[in-house]
Amino acid sequence: MTLSAAREFSGENSDPSQKDRGAPGPLLRVQGIEKRYGPRIGCTGVSFDLWPGEVMGIVGESGSGKSTLLSCLAGHMAPDAGRVIFATRTGPRDAVTMTEPERRQLARTDWAFVHQNPRDGLRMGVSAGGNVGERLMALGARHYGRIRTTATDWLGRVEIAADRIDDRPSAFSGGMQQRLQIARNLVTGPRLIFMDEPTGGLDVSVQARLLDLLRGLVREMGLSAIIVTHDLAVVRLLADRLMVMQGGRVVEQGLTDQVLDDPQHAYTQLLVSSVLQV
Amino acid sequence: MTSEVYNFAYLDELTKRMIRRAILKGVAVPGYQVPFASREMPMPYGWGTGGVQVTAACLMPEDVLKVIDQGADDTTNAVSIRKFFVRTAGVATTEATDQASVIQTRHRIPETPLTEDQILVFQVPIPEPLRFLEPRETETRRMHALEDYGLMHVKLYEDIARHGEIATSYAYPVRVEGRYVMDPSPIPRFDNPKMSDCPAIQLFGAGREQRIYALPPWTQVVSLDFEDHPFTASKADHACDLCAAEDSYLDEVITDDRGGRMFVCSDTDYCRSRREAGHLGRLGAPYEEAAP
Ligand SMILES: Nc1ncnc2c1ncn2[C@@H]1O[C@H](COP(=O)(O)OP(=O)(O)O)[C@@H](O)[C@H]1O
Ligand SMILES: [Mg+2]
Repeated sequence: MTLSAAREFSGENSDPSQKDRGAPGPLLRVQGIEKRYGPRIGCTGVSFDLWPGEVMGIVGESGSGKSTLLSCLAGHMAPDAGRVIFATRTGPRDAVTMTEPERRQLARTDWAFVHQNPRDGLRMGVSAGGNVGERLMALGARHYGRIRTTATDWLGRVEIAADRIDDRPSAFSGGMQQRLQIARNLVTGPRLIFMDEPTGGLDVSVQARLLDLLRGLVREMGLSAIIVTHDLAVVRLLADRLMVMQGGRVVEQGLTDQVLDDPQHAYTQLLVSSVLQV
Repeated sequence: MTSEVYNFAYLDELTKRMIRRAILKGVAVPGYQVPFASREMPMPYGWGTGGVQVTAACLMPEDVLKVIDQGADDTTNAVSIRKFFVRTAGVATTEATDQASVIQTRHRIPETPLTEDQILVFQVPIPEPLRFLEPRETETRRMHALEDYGLMHVKLYEDIARHGEIATSYAYPVRVEGRYVMDPSPIPRFDNPKMSDCPAIQLFGAGREQRIYALPPWTQVVSLDFEDHPFTASKADHACDLCAAEDSYLDEVITDDRGGRMFVCSDTDYCRSRREAGHLGRLGAPYEEAAP
């Protein structure tokens, strides 16, 4: 089953011209995001634009504010200041100030979120097919056979054999769980995917396979993505643009190759020299 | 024994007022689970303390009470609840569905159609239909508030994936007036259609979980399903061996240790009144002989 068929499930307009008409500018405009934990800064003064089809990498050492920023952008956490303006199908809207039902609707249609720990992003007590089908059902899909066909198709796209469809994720390897999480998120054809250390807990060879898969899906679906990682190899492979964070602030941003090959900020230079040699 | 040591129907008037407020709120928002301060009752949880409190708050001295457990008036649970209200409220009791003004039930809806003059009170063990897949109360509340009910169909999906059909046969989830998803208590799904457009008021009480919810008369109640796996109100494919009824929910009864069995109405009042009217089933047994 194709992406447009998945959209049909959601009851949305699958006419592609509809989608293009609403997106002449950036898909996401992030302006002055700040989040504090008491007196401590989570992140502050973060602004950037994300264009349709663009992949933004966010790097920085542990504690630099990457997860905090991503949570604020994805609506899991309310920032103390700033705006997250998303080009919805009906025009730009600030996701920070929209109502909870509107935000939830976004989170299960146009947005996707891949957690570092698959346990946070999967229902461990539900079969692989049920995990992939949940978003479809949340959007009103009521035909078991079609839900199952779509789920089978998506399992195939993330390289999980069709005969595993009724197995629970607890029977899967870490890499499979992560791929299942991706399928579960992409099944409704979102336009923006947030990822927090998606290759985090995986073996190096498994990481490489997952990265290849992600790169293929992002290109094929024309997805925009914001990917948080401490692994510069990941951003080198996936990200068009890069933001480097330190102490909750963005210290450098630009095209990935430029930043990695010719880092300007002392902290970026340190980061590149110490880690990129893998 | 007299009722003088107790207030009418055991609970004090302030408590009854609190419960009535919860009931009224439940009637105003059909299918919504209203929290209430459940009281200790002189019987263990699991014996219908939620239903008993709702009944106590509804009873008037002129009421006629019927109590059933799995359709039968004569089981221990039904007998003790009936005795409790005879003793504490002095109300008249009956086994005849059409004579009762208040019916407290565990696990069944009577076969005899209910009327606008009746109140049906369900005993509920677990009021939250989403509990099965989402144990966090904060999250299930939010899901109800936002009508975020995809999970309910995930449960049915899992059923079909595992069993080839929707195997849920009790406590089959329903959507009330296109809004709240509700657990109908562990009635067989055969009874689900009786809840919709019912002339009687239907009240649900969960004692341990401290929740009351309600269906006002003539409320639309739809059983959840898939287009290609539609809901069916299934029952054993037999007629009652005692009264020949083909439209009533049947219990399978083992009659000897050589594999002998019979199917009888689970609603004992319905079965008896049919036999009194002259209907005889396969075993043709008059009521008195069948129930020693
Ligand atoms: N829930 C929290 N309460 C208090 N401080 C927090 C909390 N979460 C993160 N922080 C602090 O905010 C800063 C940024 O953390 P985080 O966003 O998790 O960084 P990263 O994802 O880059 O490792 C750190 O100093 C961290 O200790
Ligand atoms: Mg982090």
